[in-house]
Amino acid sequence: MFYREAGDFKTSYTDDSQTFPIKFDRYRYYAVLLVAFAVVPFVINDYWVNAVFLPFLIYSIAAIGLNILVGYCGQVSLGTGGFMAVGAYACYKLMVAFPEVSIFFHIILSGGITAGVCLLFGLPSLRIKGFYLAVATLAAQFFLVWLFNRVGWFYNYSASGQINAPERTVFGVPITGAETAPWAAYLFCLVFVVASAIIARNLTRGMAGRKWMAIRDMDIAAEIIGVNPLKAKLSAFAVSGFFVGISGALFFAVYLGAVEVGEAFGINKSFLVLFMVIIGGLGSIFGSFAGAAFLVLLPVLLKNVLVGGLGWPTDLAAHLEFMIVGGMIILFLVLEPHGLAQLWRVAKEKLRLWPFPH
Amino acid sequence: MKTKLMTALVAAVMAAGPAMADLKIVDTSYRTGPYGANGIPFSDGYQDYFTLLNERDGGIGGEMINLVECETGYNTEKGVECYEATKGDGSLIYQPLSTGITYQLIPKVSADKIPLHTMGYGRTSAKNGEVFEWVFNYPANYWDGASHAITHILEQNDGDISDKSIALVYHNSAYGKEPIRTLEGLAEKHGYDLTLLPVDHPGQEQKSQWLQIRRESPDYVIMWGWGVMNQVAIQEAVNIRFPMENFIGIWWSGSENDVKAAGDRADGYKALTFHNIGSNYPIYDDIQTHVVDTGKAAGAGDQIGSVLYNRGMYAAMLAAEAIKTAQEIHGTAAITPEMMRDGMENLEMTEEKMAALGLPGFGPEFKVTCENHGGNGFGAVSQWDAQAGEFKLITEYFQSDQDILQPLIEEDSMAYAKENDIELRCQ
Repeated sequence: MFYREAGDFKTSYTDDSQTFPIKFDRYRYYAVLLVAFAVVPFVINDYWVNAVFLPFLIYSIAAIGLNILVGYCGQVSLGTGGFMAVGAYACYKLMVAFPEVSIFFHIILSGGITAGVCLLFGLPSLRIKGFYLAVATLAAQFFLVWLFNRVGWFYNYSASGQINAPERTVFGVPITGAETAPWAAYLFCLVFVVASAIIARNLTRGMAGRKWMAIRDMDIAAEIIGVNPLKAKLSAFAVSGFFVGISGALFFAVYLGAVEVGEAFGINKSFLVLFMVIIGGLGSIFGSFAGAAFLVLLPVLLKNVLVGGLGWPTDLAAHLEFMIVGGMIILFLVLEPHGLAQLWRVAKEKLRLWPFPH
Repeated sequence: MKTKLMTALVAAVMAAGPAMADLKIVDTSYRTGPYGANGIPFSDGYQDYFTLLNERDGGIGGEMINLVECETGYNTEKGVECYEATKGDGSLIYQPLSTGITYQLIPKVSADKIPLHTMGYGRTSAKNGEVFEWVFNYPANYWDGASHAITHILEQNDGDISDKSIALVYHNSAYGKEPIRTLEGLAEKHGYDLTLLPVDHPGQEQKSQWLQIRRESPDYVIMWGWGVMNQVAIQEAVNIRFPMENFIGIWWSGSENDVKAAGDRADGYKALTFHNIGSNYPIYDDIQTHVVDTGKAAGAGDQIGSVLYNRGMYAAMLAAEAIKTAQEIHGTAAITPEMMRDGMENLEMTEEKMAALGLPGFGPEFKVTCENHGGNGFGAVSQWDAQAGEFKLITEYFQSDQDILQPLIEEDSMAYAKENDIELRCQ
């Protein structure tokens, strides 16, 4: 009834090719932005920020990054944890070396450094494909974690081998360190998430994205119609690395504040982000958000319901949580292999016709 | 039903329970994952002691203890979530039983003004109370442990180990890396040769490390392990026929769960400890009557009297004593976290106190001061007796090498103070 194209006249090409061509969608998008920027910061507390919003926002950026590589360009990567570690350690070294520069630029620079590293590890993708590439990126994962554990320079030779985020401010408001207000950390991450999503969305529907998708769908055909596989694949690795690096930097500096590479950026992290992308929907920006929300919020919700609400023993709840989340992943893959994003698409199709489906 | 579920859901998502006037203690335990085998007994002991106080004495000073459990899985992200979810309503103390989570929490508790007690783990330099106002690590820390191990080796070699080689097998994390600096410092002093062998989380794969030990055959192996890593390491040592009496674990690598899997040949394995072991104490009768027989024992109730159960109970006992001290200082039974900190800073454990609690000679005597949050560094060596199926103390309590440790603690804590612009206290 409300959700339809009819009556919404487009008079220019820009109008016609906008991200949300349907009026209702557009207003919903503005409403979400408005709530996220103008309402949420006033009502959240430490718990909501640290247990729900920060992980959700930061994993969303990581999922967007990985989605560009896996979902749009078809290059399977298991090195996300390692690349997040690159972002985190780059951010740490920059924060310590240039304390007078705003943390905002440090995070962007960390993304740039990660893009470079990711590009380097993307080189094998020119020769190998599919599972073999997954194994090559797996090597990157283990190599990077080993490197940050082994070489003292990366953690400034601290006794524990940990990196700790010193306090840094943006416009005088602390963003990292223990004195950070919940709303400041939240808004800081939100800005990065919104910017990343807009950039990613526009990249993927432009020429770069079309090249990536051509490579994904059939690389030989893509090469024949004039897509340069070298440039397309490596640019996908670089762009993906940029976003993953930003998420790693935020994960370390804003969310955790202290990081141990083996634990925070181990192989589990790579799988977690990959699951987010697969459950959310390959090749969809919305899917990245949905997947991150699913895997971040569901365990927290289950824990609160089972332990806080029903008063069950914590170990039982923790084991059940594994089973339920695992079961839901399987269920989703069986019933909807294209992920949550596909459910959303189907729902939108239905909404267009509602309430007169014939 | 549906509305009921929804209300439960909303209430649950709001997380924090209703504010109560009780003494709120949070047990950030881990009963799952690769470290669960060690997390369960500690948590059981911790909870049972508070249950005992509630059942037998009606709480502490007339205030009941409200014990909240939160599962961290030894994972820092979950640990942070637990902390944020439970820190409201005047949580008195946090004991995360994880060095990784400790590092996360040190800046947070300092900002939120909640005391953190990391007994025998965590950041060693937190011993310096001038810098770390809210963090305590009495009665012993990792660097003490490293020194204890070396002192024990020295004693066995009549004070000369300059021709000996020692290998450190450690969990490749903040936890395992803590003793390296001390062991290097002691190596300079005593002239032994140190080899470092890191084992990655979770530690199920140690073939290459033990192959190296077999090849280089060091005279002694010291281990900083936790969880499944302990069992695997002891099994591997048995497999390469390493003499078990030359294999010394830190106190976190010396529980029954760690050695039993390796069978009889683990006999003679040594582990450090900073408290007594065994269940031959009057308090166990009370635990039996008031906790076990009433069906209120935590977990499966099958860990009572094990090494880590004792340690959990010891941690709870020290917390309870600090609460009593705080209640005396401030003259009120319902204390706040800030009062709790004063109680911890003025805590004095004497032999009479421990005997009165039903734990005579259970731990070393120590007194916490404003400058010293870490006790005096006394520890002992225990040895596994496979026939009897228990660890036995084989030495008296002895002090760690303070000449080496004190400058290291000073250096590390001052670096932290400088990084974080902390003004020194106690001046």
